[in-house]
Amino acid sequence: MRELYAKLNRLFPLGELTERRSNLAFITLTAEYLRPVLLHLRDREGFSHLVLLTAVDWLEEGQFQLSYLLSDRANGRDIGLRLMLPRDGASMESIHDLWPTAATYQRELREMFGIDFPGSPRINEEFILEGWTDIPPYRRDFDTLKFAQENFVARPGRETWDPARHMKDQLYPDGA
Amino acid sequence: MKAELEKRIVKGPDGIEFEVDPLQDYYCQEAPTVMPAAYSKIVEGFFNWARAESLWILGFGTGCGAIEMRPLMTPRFDAYRYGVQWRPTPRQANLFIISGYLSVKTLKRAIRSYEQMQNPKYVIGLGSCTINGGMYWDSYNTLKRLDYYLPVDLYIAGCMPRPEALLQGFEDLKEIIRAGKGEGANQYAQYFDWYKMNQKQVIHDWDMPDYNW
Repeated sequence: MRELYAKLNRLFPLGELTERRSNLAFITLTAEYLRPVLLHLRDREGFSHLVLLTAVDWLEEGQFQLSYLLSDRANGRDIGLRLMLPRDGASMESIHDLWPTAATYQRELREMFGIDFPGSPRINEEFILEGWTDIPPYRRDFDTLKFAQENFVARPGRETWDPARHMKDQLYPDGA
Repeated sequence: MKAELEKRIVKGPDGIEFEVDPLQDYYCQEAPTVMPAAYSKIVEGFFNWARAESLWILGFGTGCGAIEMRPLMTPRFDAYRYGVQWRPTPRQANLFIISGYLSVKTLKRAIRSYEQMQNPKYVIGLGSCTINGGMYWDSYNTLKRLDYYLPVDLYIAGCMPRPEALLQGFEDLKEIIRAGKGEGANQYAQYFDWYKMNQKQVIHDWDMPDYNW
């Protein structure tokens, strides 16, 4: 993967390389170089399969991380491309014309994280949720417990035991 | 409201145009009514015995619990020997097993399926999720109490309950029906407004008829 990274780095300004295994590595890059790098990997290097496209919410940094994982079946190697997006008004270029399957991932990210992909097919249609009115549920500032308590009726009698406090009460009943 | 439910002009295959109001023409929007018991206690007892001996389950798996119903159809557990069988459509079924977690999106389909089943009908809540939410107690789209949205006759606890537990549950449900206590459909009819209110509280985009039979 080092040779591939060196080769790519001569063509595009890339960020750091993170090697996980001999056949799996991640490359950080900026959003504007994503499409040329993806095209190069697909057409020149044999990474013909988009395995997944997913997001991570870095709430404290105010950023979303997008991960594009590509697979080269012939040579048995995988490469991941990571990029950061500003969290406010997150929007990213769609890659549904490179891999049609990306449209489904992009619809999911649109609904669950609120990341927009302008031009992606059916991007604004409901994907899994129906009639969702709150902020996208996979964002980390969405409080699922609070939402569940406000929306769904709970059956009384369910107790929650904090393990640390429970064990302390059990072992040190005097409160030492 | 869905586009397919709105009033519109339709052109028939013979070229004649006519107006269709799906809510009036395709669905019966009349609220359900309470079905009185038979005229004599002996006859009602006989009816209940007959009902108990033919539990026909709607083949609708709402959650992971549906996986526990598959072995029941196979020779190892063989629920058919108890007069229990699975049917493909709500019209032929009288027992609805909510098998595991019920999301808001599935609740819509579950309500429509339940309402299309013929009286008398029974509901079994399978697994902890239908009782108090189970492991999805803090989930953003999983209901925590099934009995607020559909009348439940019996719960089978567990996560997941084994097929043996389901067989025992069927036997218990038969006891309930034979004792004349399987009145879920009548309860649904009697407290219809309350059930609809609860259902509409969680389903924010109500895009179906209020009652469809």
